[in-house]
Amino acid sequence: MRMLWELFITFAKVGVMTFGGGYAMLPILQREVVEGKGWASDEELTDYFAIGQCTPGIIAVNTATFIGQKQAGFWGGIMATLGVVFPSIVIITLLAGVIDAFSHLMWVQHAFGGIRVCVCVLIFNAVVKLWKSAVKDKWAFGIFAVVLVCSLLLDLSPVVYVLFAAVAGIVIKVLGGKKA
Amino acid sequence: MSVYLQLFLEFFRTGLFAVGGGMATLPFLYDMAERTGWFTAAQLADMIAVSESTPGPIGVNMATYVGYTSAGVPGAVLASLGLVTPSLIVIMIVAAFLKAFRESKYVSAAFYGLRPASTAMVASAGVTVVLATFVTGEIAAVADLVTAIDWRYVVLAAVLLVLTRWCKATKKLHPIVFIALSAVVGVVLKF
Repeated sequence: MRMLWELFITFAKVGVMTFGGGYAMLPILQREVVEGKGWASDEELTDYFAIGQCTPGIIAVNTATFIGQKQAGFWGGIMATLGVVFPSIVIITLLAGVIDAFSHLMWVQHAFGGIRVCVCVLIFNAVVKLWKSAVKDKWAFGIFAVVLVCSLLLDLSPVVYVLFAAVAGIVIKVLGGKKA
Repeated sequence: MSVYLQLFLEFFRTGLFAVGGGMATLPFLYDMAERTGWFTAAQLADMIAVSESTPGPIGVNMATYVGYTSAGVPGAVLASLGLVTPSLIVIMIVAAFLKAFRESKYVSAAFYGLRPASTAMVASAGVTVVLATFVTGEIAAVADLVTAIDWRYVVLAAVLLVLTRWCKATKKLHPIVFIALSAVVGVVLKF
């Protein structure tokens, strides 16, 4: 019982201190989970993080679930996960209410006009980062190009592309006999 | 179907198929906006900005915000829970078969295909955001391109690109700095 509560609190702390998610979370996990609680070694944490990246879903959530599960089984995984999302739910809900209340003000609209430009640049930067780790040869570029063109021109669900890409990856790497 | 159940299921789907972290949920959120009409593309851009500038993983923040906008506080809770439920299921299974999972050539091959696809989908969602942001007028002919685009936005974007990518002194700064700067520019220049 005490362990479950500790998992919840620790990951709520990690949630509060993470801005942006993904790699921003790693140093905080290191401090809280490795140095603070001794729940994992540095190598183990890197492993968990790698698994968080290559499973579906949010990396931060996946890593939390994994560490919680390792520490205290099924319920440990659930408590760690609830811990990591709890601060987001509280903070965003409060903030969304405030933003809704002020959104009719002219200067707030101007501010968001500027912010939207910034969001475009941030998304562009995110794409460049993803590109570097994803598109490493001509086959990967082919998948990128096909999905980009199709998702710009067609109105298909993203699920279709995810399934296509997983199958394409297996066909190219396993059946095509290229070294994975 | 009640909006709550629908929110949970929509985000369950997002959590199950979005590969590569927070921004990878973006294409799913655009798809959701189009199909359900719960929120608009412009609102989504604001939600991204708020999610980037507040504590918490960006993917969870966006889910909470979309859920709140669509159905209030219960919506916020259900959207977040929907997003993390697939993680719980998948990770529990993977943890049980950790060695087999890590050494499976099928898993690594599938992800070899998934990563570029995820990149392409985020890029495509980015194009949608860019068009919604920069094109403020009507485009009926090619000649309208020059007048339909708000060039002040383009200048700000160019400055931000330099600051976040090439300027050594500023490129390591947290995104919240650039978001705050853009908000100030927006207010001063009446964007």
